[in-house]
Amino acid sequence: MSIGLVSAAYIAAAILFILSLGGLSGQESAKRAVWYGIVGMALAVLATVFGPGVGNGFILVLMVAVGGAIGAYVAGKVEMTQMPQLVAALHSFVGLAAVFIGINADLALRKVEALRASGGALSSLAGFAAKVAAKDGVELSMLKVELFLGVFIGAVTFTGSVVAFGKLAGRISGKPTKLPGGHLLNAGAAALSFVLLLVFFSTGAMWALILMTLLAFFIGWHLIMGIGGADMPVVVSMLNSYSGWAAAAIGFTLGNDLLIVTGALVGSSGAILSYIMCKAMNRKFVSVILGGFGATTGPAQEIEGEMIAIDSDGVAAALNDADSVIIVPGYGMAVAQAQQAVSELTRKLRAAGKEVRFAIHPVAGRLPGHMNVLLAEAKVPYDIVLEMDEINDDFPNTDVAIVIGSNDIVNPAAQEDPNSPIAGMPVLEVWKAKQVFVMKRGQGTGYSGIENPLFYKENARMFYGDAKKSLDDLIPRIG
Amino acid sequence: MKIGAPKEIFPGEARVAMTPDSAVQLKKLGYDCAIETGAGAAAGFADEAYEAVGVEIVKTAAQLWKAVDVVVKVRGPEEVEAKRLAKGQTLISFFWPAQNEALLELCKSRGATVIAMDMVPRISRAQKMDALSSMANIAGYRAVIEAGNNFGRFFTGQVTAAGKVPPAKVLVVGAGVAGLAAIGTATSLGAVVHAFDVRPEVAEQIESMGAEFVFLEFEQSQDGAATGGYAAPSSPEFREKQLAKFRELAPEMDIVITTALIPGRPAPKLWTADMVAMMKRGSVIVDLAAERGGNCDLTVPDEKIVSPNGVTVIGYTDFPSRMATQASTLYSTNIRHMMTDLTPNKDGVVVQNMEDDVIRGATVTHDGEITFPPPPPKVKAIAAAKPKPKEKELTAEEKRAAEIAAFKKATQQQVTLLGVGTLVMLAIGAVAPADFMSHFIVFALACFVGFQVIWNVSHALHTPLMAVTNAISGIIILGALLQIGSGSGLVVFLAAIAVLIASINIVGGFLVTRRMLAMFQKS
Repeated sequence: MSIGLVSAAYIAAAILFILSLGGLSGQESAKRAVWYGIVGMALAVLATVFGPGVGNGFILVLMVAVGGAIGAYVAGKVEMTQMPQLVAALHSFVGLAAVFIGINADLALRKVEALRASGGALSSLAGFAAKVAAKDGVELSMLKVELFLGVFIGAVTFTGSVVAFGKLAGRISGKPTKLPGGHLLNAGAAALSFVLLLVFFSTGAMWALILMTLLAFFIGWHLIMGIGGADMPVVVSMLNSYSGWAAAAIGFTLGNDLLIVTGALVGSSGAILSYIMCKAMNRKFVSVILGGFGATTGPAQEIEGEMIAIDSDGVAAALNDADSVIIVPGYGMAVAQAQQAVSELTRKLRAAGKEVRFAIHPVAGRLPGHMNVLLAEAKVPYDIVLEMDEINDDFPNTDVAIVIGSNDIVNPAAQEDPNSPIAGMPVLEVWKAKQVFVMKRGQGTGYSGIENPLFYKENARMFYGDAKKSLDDLIPRIG
Repeated sequence: MKIGAPKEIFPGEARVAMTPDSAVQLKKLGYDCAIETGAGAAAGFADEAYEAVGVEIVKTAAQLWKAVDVVVKVRGPEEVEAKRLAKGQTLISFFWPAQNEALLELCKSRGATVIAMDMVPRISRAQKMDALSSMANIAGYRAVIEAGNNFGRFFTGQVTAAGKVPPAKVLVVGAGVAGLAAIGTATSLGAVVHAFDVRPEVAEQIESMGAEFVFLEFEQSQDGAATGGYAAPSSPEFREKQLAKFRELAPEMDIVITTALIPGRPAPKLWTADMVAMMKRGSVIVDLAAERGGNCDLTVPDEKIVSPNGVTVIGYTDFPSRMATQASTLYSTNIRHMMTDLTPNKDGVVVQNMEDDVIRGATVTHDGEITFPPPPPKVKAIAAAKPKPKEKELTAEEKRAAEIAAFKKATQQQVTLLGVGTLVMLAIGAVAPADFMSHFIVFALACFVGFQVIWNVSHALHTPLMAVTNAISGIIILGALLQIGSGSGLVVFLAAIAVLIASINIVGGFLVTRRMLAMFQKS
């Protein structure tokens, strides 16, 4: 296949990728959009494989086959509640691949220089090396910077994603932990990496590249270790963004426009997601990345009243009397694997002619849109699952609001207490409903560690217990 | 001590202040009970029934008044009765102290304690002795029954083999206790009920009873909390608007029940003669305010009249008495609750605790002194309605100005961004080789397209978005593919691993996205 054809295929692939992302604006068009992505990817890979300068066909086919098989297996098996882990794991792969490709580029560069020095035949080189050989002095220095950057971003993405995976899968404690020195260590490592860049740029020393890779590994690991569990939506979308930038940087190294385009698309997608998540938590991106929760500016408001518990009979009676119900799911629902029970409850209530809707806060769960996917898995129709802005005004006209395993996103202190650490964060105004039931395992506070005055409100009742068990107990009493 | 109920001497009054049931309860408080012979007969309680529960039957009223320490009555005392009061004796009845000053003076001079059931303050604790409400409830019910009795049609709409019957249209003016009871009764009979009240906060109660609130668009509306839940006189402008609304409704209405009363004033004239003239022949007006002059111009107290255009106007004032059994049962229970409060030790001794809001409020004479009017109760009847925070209405010009300012700000921001961006580009372009710049153009454009496209992604699809971007960031496989053909073993090895993990990414990412998207189903 000629260069011209390959370029044509790349253009088609880039357009298909853009259509694929654009198609995600609606549930129905999304089903078509994913095919655009698949076709685009197939085009790009085939064009490259059959294009000029690709050898070792056997290894290539073997690796693609094995990788594809593993990917298919994982995709088929993964539970929807494990989605955040999977996404994090996939990010780490992109990061690692970027590191390898960057190092390879350096090796190729070295080979070309060695050949040049020894006066060997540059024309015998194939593939990427041939491309490198065609470059002049300035371009070669530029190449060094590009590959250095690609390796750096890739390495940070790799270890960062591995830690995020560990935290989301529960293999590493979700609590923020930092080495003594905290962010100074990160800053120091980053500064040192910059010095190494200068060294590498001027001398081309391999050790500088390797040392920088290790430092970047450290930064990724330490940075994400310092961020708590509930900030994971931001972290995951940030890593998503990084994986894109890593791909773009590698694209520059290799002079491949498709890589640049795709990397930029993914990078900006992740950046926007991070922005949306931060906005939903009313926090600055920097403060999320630097970890730890915002400091309070004064004493928290006194909370009056007491938490009143209720049993499943009481909840069932209220639900049987209600005409409209809004369910607010949170991470607790995912932990308790209660989405099927929630769906069953919804089905029964809807069968009884009641209006049931779901209110989803943008940062509910551990991944942007996590709750939507869980509810979809449990066959809750997506047209009754609404965003915060769509449904927040409807709470005053709602008979019963059920909060399942969420806490900070329904905390009235965000609006009422200017001293609260979450003051100003947009929250779901469940307390405006006539009655609120809060399904919760115990009396503890949420992720942010602050008291939730909702639980003390006159119209709120606490329905303690494991969400799934409580719901299973509740469902036979409905109707 | 002994409690006694004499026979009511007011003509036509059928109620009695003590029933056999209430006597049983009073005895539990430690009191002896007595009754004038035949006192309960008109309400359907025979002397034998009283005797059966151990109530002493006294031959004459005079004997009874002499024999008991506490006299319980329904109507306020007539002059003859008041003169029978002895020092230290207690009288519990309706009294209307504000309108009966001479009588109040007389009772004071006799040295008796008078507890007026109509003065029980309107607080939650005192609801069980609120005889006005229990009587008003009966009046409201009975008003509908009387109306039905004089109305020639069904209340409920029916479609029968003999033709279609439209439902009766009922308007209830004043949604106090009587009004709400009337609404409830009329709706349960199947009528279409509209209701009006000057206090907007009762709209909810009206609607809860199944009637439609007649909404009056008016600036300053009354806050019932300030007057203990009662209506207060309204401004002339408001009255005009109100009457205009009624004129609009009058021709449609079959039955009008007016219950508008303002404490301590004559009833407001709300249903004027011209409204009656507008009404259909055969319509009925029941005026529950007849005793205080009536809400309707044509009302003649205690009488039923028919207007020239055939509208019946009922001005009876004795609705509770017309349901004497029910009224007596409720009233005697109110009295019994009052006695319970007066007898904290349950030992049959009245303790006149003037510190108690309810007792203080209801007591009009005590120890030879007039104790009316009482100081305001410490507890408010209804929590004051919070003033609604006024949202500032922006004028069109202000809105326009704000829009222009926002537009200018956005323009400024964009221009600054573009300016800075251009400078950065120029700086890079000055040093970078041409090859890099051509790639950089692609990169910048792709970022731009990415930002434009991603903003449109629906929130619900953020997880699939991450999965699909994951899959397409597997495009990095291209880099590895280009390197795998290299001669060096190490390069091939690293490239092979990169191809492997990138393939996992691509296949895994796309498949899991597909799986997720397939789950999103419409209901």
